[in-house]
Amino acid sequence: MRRFYGEMLPNGLMLGTAQYPSPAVMASAFRESGAAVATVSLRRENAQGSGQVFWDLIRALDVRLLPNTAGCHSAKEAITTAHMARELFSTDWIKLEVIGHADTLQPDPVALIEAARVLSQDGFKVFPYCTEDLVVAERLIEAGCEVLMPWGAPIGSALGLNNPFGLRSIRNHFPEIAMVVDAGIGLPSHAAAAIEMGFDAVLLNSAVAKAGDPVSMARAMACAVEAGRLAFDSEPLPARDMAAPSTPVLGQAFLS
Amino acid sequence: MPTISINGERLFVEAQTLEALLQDQGFSGSVATAVNENFVPQTLRASHQLNEGDRVEILAPMQGG
Repeated sequence: MRRFYGEMLPNGLMLGTAQYPSPAVMASAFRESGAAVATVSLRRENAQGSGQVFWDLIRALDVRLLPNTAGCHSAKEAITTAHMARELFSTDWIKLEVIGHADTLQPDPVALIEAARVLSQDGFKVFPYCTEDLVVAERLIEAGCEVLMPWGAPIGSALGLNNPFGLRSIRNHFPEIAMVVDAGIGLPSHAAAAIEMGFDAVLLNSAVAKAGDPVSMARAMACAVEAGRLAFDSEPLPARDMAAPSTPVLGQAFLS
Repeated sequence: MPTISINGERLFVEAQTLEALLQDQGFSGSVATAVNENFVPQTLRASHQLNEGDRVEILAPMQGG
């Protein structure tokens, strides 16, 4: 497992904090999964100070925080949000999202690269939410990104790894870069498949938060990530088109 | 007495600076601020003068994926 801007994480599970049935269920999901990273966001504070209640809850989880720029549609908006997040959460890690398409929530690659360059130059450690496009990946790395976060499928879709060829390709083209499959994970098998491909982590939220039993699903995702890691490190048997008998042929009785 | 927008709501305020505005409006916890779409760090809030028509955003930690 690669380092994330020099930092080694205890495991490859990054878990979102939104859409849980209750704050208590969210906290249990984090405890049960042992997720290494929690993604968080910023929104307008209300008169009741609901943001402060959430902030107290998050600090009690004692996990690494990865603030996002979710909902931003321009480089400027994302850059300003990142600055606000850095001050608020006391971290220079930022999950950079610049949305370019309303239906798929596909990132805007041009604005993403521009924002990544500006933020990297300003000392941020940028985790860009991108697609599996190799050219965009190269530009993001040139912009200063040491981590890439290609999508598995559109956010919240639970479709899994929509383009396994593309994901294998981006993983293998940039062997030094830590990579997280972000978005689209719906099942533990999707998470395991991503890690088996050589991705360092998965980032998911809805698959756990909107499951019938989020706490059990959080545990299942943690098991899948661990299984995927063990499998990848074990150097899996290459797939082949034709059968290869596993039982010895030598010594076969002549009985026909 | 300037009229400004706070998180999208227009208000008459007496505060002359961003810091005074936060105090007057009861924002005492962890928040981050922007005025007219530009980030204003905590260290500059006391010296940041408010002007008629300013758009102030006051953000707090929130759930995210």
